[in-house]
Amino acid sequence: MSIRPGIVVLLLASAVHAADHWSLVPVRRPQPPKANATGLPEVDRFIRARLEKEGIASSPEAPRAVLLRRLSLDLIGLPPTPAELASFLEDQQPDAWQRQVNRLLASPHYGEKWGRHWLDLARYADSDGFRSDRFRPHAWRYRQWLIDALNRDLPFDQFTLEQIAGDLLPNATRDQRIATGFHRNTLTNREGGIDPEQFRVEQVIDRTNTVGTVWLGLTVGCAQCHDHKYDPISQRDYYRLFAFFNDADEDHMDAPMPGELGPHLQARPAYDAKRREILEAHGVPRLQAEWEVGMIEAAVHPGKRLDWDHAFDDLRTDCEDGEKILRTPAATRTRRQARILTDYFLGNYARVISKERKAELKFDTVARQLRELDATLPPVSEAPVLRALDRKTHLLIRGDFKQLGEAVEPGTPAALPPLDAAGGRATRLDLARWLVSRENPLTARVAVNRIWQEYFGRGLARTSENFGNQGERPTHPELLDWLAAEFMESGWSLKHVHRLVVSSATYRQSSHSRADLAGRDPENKLFARQTRLRLTAEAIRDSALAASGLLSPEIGGPSVRPPQPGGEKNWKESTGRERYRRGMYIQLNRTAPYPLMVNFDAPNGYGALCRRGRSNTPLQALNLLNDPAFVEAARTLAWRTETEGYRDFGPRLDRMFELCLARLAAPDERDWLQSYWKTQPPAMAWTGLASVLLNLDEFITRE
Amino acid sequence: MLLNRRHFLRAASGFGALALGDLLATESTPFSPKPPHFPATARSVIFLFMPGGPSQIDLFDHKPELRKWHGRPLPISVTKDLKLAFIKPNANAVASPRTFTRHGQSGAEISGLLPYTARLADDLCIVRGLHTDAFNHDPGELLLMTGSMQPGRPSMGAWVSYGLGSESRNLPGFVVLSSGSGPSAGSNDWSNGFLPSAFQGTPLRGTGDPILYLSNPDGFKPEMQRARLDAIRRLNEKRRRETGDVEIDARIASYELAFRMQMAAPELLDLSSEPKHLLDQYGVHREPTHQYGLHCLLARRMVERGVRFIMVSHGSWDDHNDIDKNLEKNCRVTDQPAAALIADLKQRGLLDSTLVIWGGEFGRTPMTQQQRSDIGYGRDHHPNCYSMWMAGGGIRAGETVGKTDELGLEAVEDRIHVHDLQATILHTLGFDHTRLTYLNSGRNFRLTDVAGQPVGKLLKKGLA
Repeated sequence: MSIRPGIVVLLLASAVHAADHWSLVPVRRPQPPKANATGLPEVDRFIRARLEKEGIASSPEAPRAVLLRRLSLDLIGLPPTPAELASFLEDQQPDAWQRQVNRLLASPHYGEKWGRHWLDLARYADSDGFRSDRFRPHAWRYRQWLIDALNRDLPFDQFTLEQIAGDLLPNATRDQRIATGFHRNTLTNREGGIDPEQFRVEQVIDRTNTVGTVWLGLTVGCAQCHDHKYDPISQRDYYRLFAFFNDADEDHMDAPMPGELGPHLQARPAYDAKRREILEAHGVPRLQAEWEVGMIEAAVHPGKRLDWDHAFDDLRTDCEDGEKILRTPAATRTRRQARILTDYFLGNYARVISKERKAELKFDTVARQLRELDATLPPVSEAPVLRALDRKTHLLIRGDFKQLGEAVEPGTPAALPPLDAAGGRATRLDLARWLVSRENPLTARVAVNRIWQEYFGRGLARTSENFGNQGERPTHPELLDWLAAEFMESGWSLKHVHRLVVSSATYRQSSHSRADLAGRDPENKLFARQTRLRLTAEAIRDSALAASGLLSPEIGGPSVRPPQPGGEKNWKESTGRERYRRGMYIQLNRTAPYPLMVNFDAPNGYGALCRRGRSNTPLQALNLLNDPAFVEAARTLAWRTETEGYRDFGPRLDRMFELCLARLAAPDERDWLQSYWKTQPPAMAWTGLASVLLNLDEFITRE
Repeated sequence: MLLNRRHFLRAASGFGALALGDLLATESTPFSPKPPHFPATARSVIFLFMPGGPSQIDLFDHKPELRKWHGRPLPISVTKDLKLAFIKPNANAVASPRTFTRHGQSGAEISGLLPYTARLADDLCIVRGLHTDAFNHDPGELLLMTGSMQPGRPSMGAWVSYGLGSESRNLPGFVVLSSGSGPSAGSNDWSNGFLPSAFQGTPLRGTGDPILYLSNPDGFKPEMQRARLDAIRRLNEKRRRETGDVEIDARIASYELAFRMQMAAPELLDLSSEPKHLLDQYGVHREPTHQYGLHCLLARRMVERGVRFIMVSHGSWDDHNDIDKNLEKNCRVTDQPAAALIADLKQRGLLDSTLVIWGGEFGRTPMTQQQRSDIGYGRDHHPNCYSMWMAGGGIRAGETVGKTDELGLEAVEDRIHVHDLQATILHTLGFDHTRLTYLNSGRNFRLTDVAGQPVGKLLKKGLA
């Protein structure tokens, strides 16, 4: 790309002034301004001071029922139950609100709701992406760690260390290593004929860019091919950052859940013996050794025998760690490695065995017998993780993995505070510590801004993914800094920040539009009111399941596959209660996500996503109107209210309203719905009515 | 979009609530037509997508010189730098066994595998100098359809619907029809990427509902569906009055459009008004052309109904082995329907405003994939040069643009990168490809990434 000289001058000028850029100056702790009203929480004092300056009044508090539904959807992603609502409405104590906040922050569903936001950033998915889009049976183990970490309010600095470099922590625990699964959510291309180095580099690039976006709010990826055009990040800076992640490889570990290990260990000796017996009975060890000789030959001297070259290429792309295991002497392979290679060999033996011999040895039955045997062994969960190594890193000219430029050492961008590596070559752990040091101007600001964004529909800095020169400046820089300082000084407690925001009067305002603001602040930049926010795909599903009583509230575990129309691959339908798990547990196959997720803007996990879209489409309408899952919810909601003993139209309708909208039907609404209900065939009338409620804009909106 | 809606609301504020709702139902969707940057020559696009990589050497790019090298490796001096997926540069060359003849006034050279297409030579612009960066399917398809080799960017169809909206009141702006094993990158090829989800390609499904969740639930008769919608609408309108949130108007409009889609889709699929001779031309109700013929015919019907971008995919053309047999099979499936589509559009006066493109993500090598006794020969992926054809929508007819070297290894004249192709397609629709952008993750993205130039030679009017 050519850049005109005039622009170069401008760019240089902007780089020179980089140190003055609002997001790069250290976070100080501003004094909350004095506002006219006394006794206001600090958050409100910042917001009110600005409004008073503009001569704009803030909005009145929303009705209490609206508030509880808002709080519940925001903190745990589920609507309040009628009982929770009633208890709050009756509670006349001055600290009623605080007790609701505490209740919801302590709910184990809090980790699910806010975990899902973090999964958007972590580009989580249950499959590889690309053509084969192979299922990742162990990806959920990272999600499990995440939900648990948020629920126990693991301080954000530690939360960062564990995900970025848990494997490098002194005496790293199993959980700390599992946290590095954050880096394993990259795509994997297993297409035949690819250059494995190219896709390894792609993955390192993805890890670098993701950390840049998620922690620094910087588009570091722009410096992959050339110096950043707008921000003070040189291409050299980029590859120094890249070097941290280049010093690592993918790894895998046993990650048993509580209760799994005992039965497994007990059953294993018998299992091992039986497995050996089956393999030996079919001559597998001898044939596999023969096959390995041929494969090693192809690895060492490619180009001699094309068949073997292909077989080796297949191994490299199709078999997890295949090449590494092959090159490990048989005697030093781990149990898991030996099992992987033998299983692979059994499926790919064609190169060494003639058809006749194959039939004679009954090879086909070996794999079946092993599968049957495997089913008898109590499983142990596993986890994809990262492990450190040293690798020489070069700047890649124009981002091309084949064009190596100067050698670089791991390091952080020159325009940011220096990294203090205790000695020698800096590691991912040093990087993580640097990210959460008190001097880092970005991490805390970026994190609290995203939290604000989820509560108000826009961040204090609207472009939550870009705190660089091309991003928008914050509307309330002092409040952003105050929250960032509070965050760090509270010991990086996320729940503390949540509490600060939801305890504010600003948060509790009505979300109704105001004629006086239409011209002055159409985008609600000043937060003189709350904002109506369409629920996420997951929250829409969860709300419908909760209202109907179908919801299965278990926390965590492997992904589930509720029914969906059409025969999608990798979609063995879950049975029983598993079908009614929360949306965040629905298996995400990157190339074929569950339709509701696609229709309501959930991400596919292709890259870190800082804010979801909230589109409004006819396919969404069809989804809520006609998807058998929502019809089932409507039918069950109708059935539920009947079995609860509501017979007369009015009370039964009110019960449905409470379950769906946390309020009662207004008289005109009752009249309209009654006249609708009367025209419907009696067998369908209540299901139809329930479906009407599940389709309301209000139902899929956090008011 | 938002602006449109606000403008409209201001303009319509004198109407009563019901009238307002009615008007909104027709006017305020994300698909509302929008003007492009300059006058367009094409109004809609049909992309006959042939994923897998059809062999240009056996279809459009005759290389008689290869006969001299048949069965032997090509000189290493010309092959050493090739990016190849599976074979080595010293693989044996294979001349095409196909007969090429010249067709029409223009004398375009087309393989005997495509007799129907060949008859329309004077309506086509054959593009021989295409090249791409990717030598694997997923990255190749994504580069062609989204401008980037990594998944996650908006597809061409999404960009076009985002830029132009849709002329259809009752159907989505971007529709996908797929037969055969389907493209390898799957739904990434028609993703809305970071654009609002309204712009994603809507797959028309072969089994069950043609559009997902289009049918009323079991037991809901049409009048019950209407009653349900009316009840929803009544309460939504009340909520709109209470909250003053214009987004609820858009929600109401979406439900109305959904309802109209429920009515319009069956009408779209009902072929009873199509004469038998036309069905025969498309090869509908006959094998092996039925499915692809049906899809081509539906594409025409969608163009008539204002759908903006239709992807009609058939494949795979990934003939590493047995290319003789497989290529013949794919050609028999697609040749007649594709030609019928061009003729039909032309006969209806729609070809001038409809851009039709036929092609895949890359071509195939002049060398063979390994020779084995038990299976036939095939060709490897070839990104350095390949062919497509284009027709209608302001594209020059009866032209062959671009030239490759005599061995079919490199494009040597009028080289056109897939980003150039994209820039050209956007140009026919009236867009400066550098200005059709969307702000995401802190930067303005566009279909052509950071490259691409529209190719004047492909355009009837050239580059104004």
